[in-house]
Amino acid sequence: MKVLVSVKRVVDYNVKVRVKSDGTGVETANVKMSMNPFDEISVEEAVRLREAGVATEIVVVSCGPLACQETLRTALAIGADRAILVETDVELQPLAVAKLLKAVCARESPQLVLLGKQAIDDDSNQTGQMLAALMGWPQATFASKLTIADGKAQVTREVDGGLETITVKLPTIVTSDLRLNEPRYVTLPNIMKAKKKTLENLKPDALGVDVTPRMKTVKVVEPPKRKAGIKVPDAAALVAKLRNEAKVIS
Amino acid sequence: MSCLVIAEHDNKSIKVATLNTVAAAAKIGGEIHVLVAGSGSGAAAEAAGKIAGVTKVLHADAPHLADFLAENVAALVVGVAKNYTHILAPATSNGKNVTPRVAALLDMQQISEIVSVESPDTFVRPIYAGNALATVQSSDAIKVITVRTTGFDAVAATGGSGAVESVAAPADSGLSSFISREVSKSERPELTAAKIIVSGGRGMGSGDNFKILEPLADKLGAAMGASRAAVDAGFVPNDWQVGQTGKIVAPDLYIAIGISGAIQHLAGMKDSRVIVCVNKDEEAPIFSVADYGIVGDLFQVVPQIVEELKK
Ligand SMILES: Cc1cc2nc3c(=O)[nH]c(=O)nc-3n(C[C@H](O)[C@H](O)[C@H](O)COP(=O)(O)OP(=O)(O)OC[C@H]3O[C@@H](n4cnc5c(N)ncnc54)[C@H](O)[C@@H]3O)c2cc1C
Ligand SMILES: Nc1ncnc2c1ncn2[C@@H]1O[C@H](COP(=O)(O)O)[C@@H](O)[C@H]1O
Repeated sequence: MKVLVSVKRVVDYNVKVRVKSDGTGVETANVKMSMNPFDEISVEEAVRLREAGVATEIVVVSCGPLACQETLRTALAIGADRAILVETDVELQPLAVAKLLKAVCARESPQLVLLGKQAIDDDSNQTGQMLAALMGWPQATFASKLTIADGKAQVTREVDGGLETITVKLPTIVTSDLRLNEPRYVTLPNIMKAKKKTLENLKPDALGVDVTPRMKTVKVVEPPKRKAGIKVPDAAALVAKLRNEAKVIS
Repeated sequence: MSCLVIAEHDNKSIKVATLNTVAAAAKIGGEIHVLVAGSGSGAAAEAAGKIAGVTKVLHADAPHLADFLAENVAALVVGVAKNYTHILAPATSNGKNVTPRVAALLDMQQISEIVSVESPDTFVRPIYAGNALATVQSSDAIKVITVRTTGFDAVAATGGSGAVESVAAPADSGLSSFISREVSKSERPELTAAKIIVSGGRGMGSGDNFKILEPLADKLGAAMGASRAAVDAGFVPNDWQVGQTGKIVAPDLYIAIGISGAIQHLAGMKDSRVIVCVNKDEEAPIFSVADYGIVGDLFQVVPQIVEELKK
């Protein structure tokens, strides 16, 4: 079974992002970039499926500027077999990414596509569901457990009320939640090996996909700051404050 | 203008998240219809018609809509979509699952988790774990939107007089099947609807130790929440997680116990009215958002707070 995994290059989750002073976006120059954490989990899951003899080949795809090659190399170092960059400098919105991934699916015919539940930059939580819609495939989002058997995937999903288990027919889309697995550390030998793996470069035009944004960013601002609070010495002082000053309890 | 709100419900009643979403629709303007998709969901459809401002309820009832499988619900929504300029759903796990599928089938770019309506085509949404607020304008013919419930005060559950109209459910897609659900049972209020929340973090040390938070939550009638670290460690169930990738909450009072205050946690609770923290590390970032903080050992401080509350 061939598995396709999408990986997005995003501002590292440890970076304290700053809004640009001209209000056009957030500062991304000279900022540490990494693979979206959810995508790292997806790549790990694919590698485990191959180690278990379920997956035979793992193809990773990233859409965006040339620098995404670095993210793809990381995925190859975790254990993916080959990589595809869909290169563009246009700002990509989820629907456009879903269309690009659809075109890649048409070429690759995977049985399983793993995406992250959400990208930690745009926090959209859309692309996987959109790709499933465009392919006419089922979707299993927010996965914390995945098993493949008998032409089906059984997925435990993290939902508001707890956990839910569904089965979906293959081919399918699965989006990873944080507790699906704990990604391994990449080792130096694997980083070296990754340098020799194939990395193909495609362009949206060649895939016949129009990636023009549908949503315009009018402005980006910092959220209102909370005013600094105080430290109180003990429980008695706290409860007095909550009763008499904040008046949130009686 | 005409808005369709996809209801969050349990077949018997309407969830508060639906009322927040209707509030967002009301800011957009025009008629507001609510879609209730379920099985044996007549009572929920009736209740939806009573929501203030709602003029019509579309009710689809079928066994294969019982578990809100995305393939079936999306097909249903797409079937009625052409009558609307806006389709809205709460940013619950159901809403986040189904709505992008609807958007893609309609070839629309969804606008996720809006917190404010500037005009019928312009909305504000948090990005980067809430570290920035983006104002975005959509050029799509149908605006497909998920609504962050904390951004909109719920409308009244009564006062409306929407007639209930049946719509036929499309056939079962057969692509997915529901197997089972593990619902964490609790007598406490729901996390996203609670006025007061008591949350524990890695500092709690174990699942057993969460018991010391119970008297506090009992005394305050609070819901209980947690950081990702506490959930990952298996101390408490996953649906307790508050944060960027968990639940977004904004209660009147949020009490963070043994939580350091990572950006991803703050993303889920920093819009609470009053924030309290207890942490033994006075440098912990949680103090920078807390209105009242106590530097101390939670195992001593929490029981003391409970004693004080009894006075
Ligand atoms: C992609 C991504 C998404 C994430 N999403 C979320 C999310 O949605 N929600 C979330 O919460 N996190 C999320 N995280 C994780 C987040 O980065 C932090 O790791 C997590 O919030 C830390 O949890 P914590 O504060 O409980 O643990 P820690 O950071 O370990 O803090 C524990 C705190 O307890 C205090 N403490 C210990 N013992 C005591 C004691 N006896 N008395 C008093 N204080 C004590 C310590 O001083 C410390 O400040 C995400 C991370 C990533 C990468
Ligand atoms: N530019 C991109 N390149 C590759 N994958 C992407 C890209 N954008 C989004 N994705 C995938 O879609 C998931 C969800 O992203 P989003 O819908 O933007 O929150 C991510 O975790 C990725 O797996």
